[in-house]
Amino acid sequence: MSTQRAVLARTASRGSGVRGREAQAGWLFVAPVIVLLGLFLVLPVVMAAWVSVSDWTGRGSPFSAEVDFVGTQNYSELLFGGGLATQDFGTALRNNSWYVLLVVPTQTALSLFLAIMVNRKWLRGSSFFRTAFYFPSVTSSVAITVLFLFLFSATGVVNKVLQAMSVSGPNWFADPRGVLHVLLAWLGVERGPAVLTDHAVLGVSLWQWLAGPSVAMSVLILMAVFTTSGTFMLLFLAALQHISDEVDEAAMMDGTTAWQRFRFVTLPMLRPTVFTVMTLGLIGTWQVFDQIYTGTQGGPGKTTVTPAYLSYTASFQSQQWGRGAAIAFILFAIIITMTVLQRRVIRGRDKDGL
Amino acid sequence: MSTTMRRLPATAALAASALALAACSGGGGFDDPAPGESPGGATDAPAGELAVLIGSSGDAETDAVTAAVEAWSAETGVTASVTVASDLPQQLSQGFAAGDPPDVFYVSTDHLAGWAANGSLHPYGDQLANVEDFHDSLRENFTVDDQLVCAPKDFSTLALVINTDAWAEAGLGDDDVPTTWDELADVAAALTTDSRVGLSFGPEYQRIGVFMAQAGGGLVAEDGTTAIVDSPENLAALEYVQQLMTDGVMAYPADVGAGWGGEAFGTGAAAMTIEGNWIVGALRNDFPDTPYRVVELPAGPAGKGTLQFTNCWGIAADSDSPDAALDLVEHLTSTEQQIEFASAFGVMPSVRSAAEAFAAEFPEQEAFITSADFATGMPTAEGAAEVISDFNAQLEGLANADASEVLASVQANLQAALDAAG
Repeated sequence: MSTQRAVLARTASRGSGVRGREAQAGWLFVAPVIVLLGLFLVLPVVMAAWVSVSDWTGRGSPFSAEVDFVGTQNYSELLFGGGLATQDFGTALRNNSWYVLLVVPTQTALSLFLAIMVNRKWLRGSSFFRTAFYFPSVTSSVAITVLFLFLFSATGVVNKVLQAMSVSGPNWFADPRGVLHVLLAWLGVERGPAVLTDHAVLGVSLWQWLAGPSVAMSVLILMAVFTTSGTFMLLFLAALQHISDEVDEAAMMDGTTAWQRFRFVTLPMLRPTVFTVMTLGLIGTWQVFDQIYTGTQGGPGKTTVTPAYLSYTASFQSQQWGRGAAIAFILFAIIITMTVLQRRVIRGRDKDGL
Repeated sequence: MSTTMRRLPATAALAASALALAACSGGGGFDDPAPGESPGGATDAPAGELAVLIGSSGDAETDAVTAAVEAWSAETGVTASVTVASDLPQQLSQGFAAGDPPDVFYVSTDHLAGWAANGSLHPYGDQLANVEDFHDSLRENFTVDDQLVCAPKDFSTLALVINTDAWAEAGLGDDDVPTTWDELADVAAALTTDSRVGLSFGPEYQRIGVFMAQAGGGLVAEDGTTAIVDSPENLAALEYVQQLMTDGVMAYPADVGAGWGGEAFGTGAAAMTIEGNWIVGALRNDFPDTPYRVVELPAGPAGKGTLQFTNCWGIAADSDSPDAALDLVEHLTSTEQQIEFASAFGVMPSVRSAAEAFAAEFPEQEAFITSADFATGMPTAEGAAEVISDFNAQLEGLANADASEVLASVQANLQAALDAAG
């Protein structure tokens, strides 16, 4: 394929020869994709990048003459302004960091575990389990969010079950307390030490950064793990089935235990899939929007606001289009950085011979 | 290796042409859409036709507005189509950005400042024939830079809604209707049982603000440029609400398993709530068996006070036919038309000339209309809505919060927003 394209390029650059017209035909065939990508991918990205450094107010084209370049003003107001915009952004980053920190490892571990379980040859009805575990992934996230809203309402099923066990459940979706703060409160720590409460990053005190996900966010974390584990299980399952039985048998002949086979044979062979799953997980969790938009609208107490949702509200509700676009680009930078970092980490372990 | 090198120019050419194409399409698609073309979406109408976009509370409202617009079309010969938005601010923003918004639409006080500032709204207040007839406080709500931007559509005030069965059960009579904060706390306590709280309302300034008004506080000073959140009056109001919660006689709807005050009231989880007249329709539809009465809110240390909410009929600056749009708005805000709207979906007319007819037709809602005399509107400065939503986020945790810290943070944010808005 690539050789063919190289030949195409070479003949085209010479501008002559019996194959010269093939280049034109080639361009003709890729033209629809170029147009579609340009119109729906490149142009919006360029527009958003421009909006993030302009004073566009949301009326008319951002490329019109009245719109001025304001440099990094939108970014600096967001990161260093210290006002409500900075506080909101800091809160959104705090919320989403906890979400990512808890969802990504959990869903990766759980989906790997599920994949290994349903990959067992002796498991009866394994196709039933595969379908069952995959089912939440097929269902629309909006439908699942609504379902969870009912399950976890103050008088919902979850609290009824807890009540039957003589536990009074929290008012899940209305509880803005961070779970770490709740745990600390049980231990008698109501207020943080001054070193944490007096210092703030992005307008949010360190004590608040360490609050943990709110009870409401915890439900969303649970939901994310529940809905995505099935998808990633499928990826792991495909990779597992790619590992031939001989490898496992050879390891068995060497007298390894089941754990050693998993740790030193299966897991290293799954590393590309682990990378894929974690990358997809990172991207998906940093971009979380639907669940917030349909479920909590950022509440209670702004503890489920995420940068993606904040970008939306800043633009469409507050008419701060530059700020909204700037949030989107910072989010983009975060995702890229995390992915690169993660790649480094996984590669580094490769050298150590995992 | 050599293969990769040779592929480079081709890739570069590809990317360049993609950019070029994108730039071309940008020129055609965003700058000046031809009349009749609709890059913006479904709310568009062909040239010479009016597009009306509304955020409807339900079929009753949609049908009533559609009928009114159709009647106007039949009279004037100008065709007009009514579309119901699923997310009004988002759809309007898209229309403004595309330069092709609907002609006539609802505008809330939250979004007024932003759209007025970026020139999306056609300020037609001075051309309005019936301008004197609107309630003064409503006109103030839609005045930006001393100019009335749009005509108030209708309005609502907050009042105290009481479950009369629970009231009688608790041995309370007509004389016991609370007129002071202490009396309100007393009746709330009398109405509280194991399965019911006496009073419930949402954790937001849009409800708790009534106590701030009754205490003589508020958010923005008369001059419109100074934030007055951090006042002893507001503190007294928040502490009063905190006390009600501590005593267990008042709870937020979410704490009793309801989505809003009306639901908590309808399900019987609360015996009283503070809501606007939209609760009348909601109770009729969802909880027709709940007997209730509406009374004015009790007076606080500084006298009576409540909040009022309103929307207006915006006309787009980019409208092709602003004159026809203005004529339509005049029709929609006329006295007779507003009384029709009132009976169709229970809103209160924004014009004085309809107030009497409204009170006569809906005697049970009298408290809502009489509350208009001492009602305060929402701050409309650009950025104020964000500050209020931040305030609301903090009010959710009011039970365990330091009220003066909450007020101090809102004070700082609101003053910053007012300064930025100039």
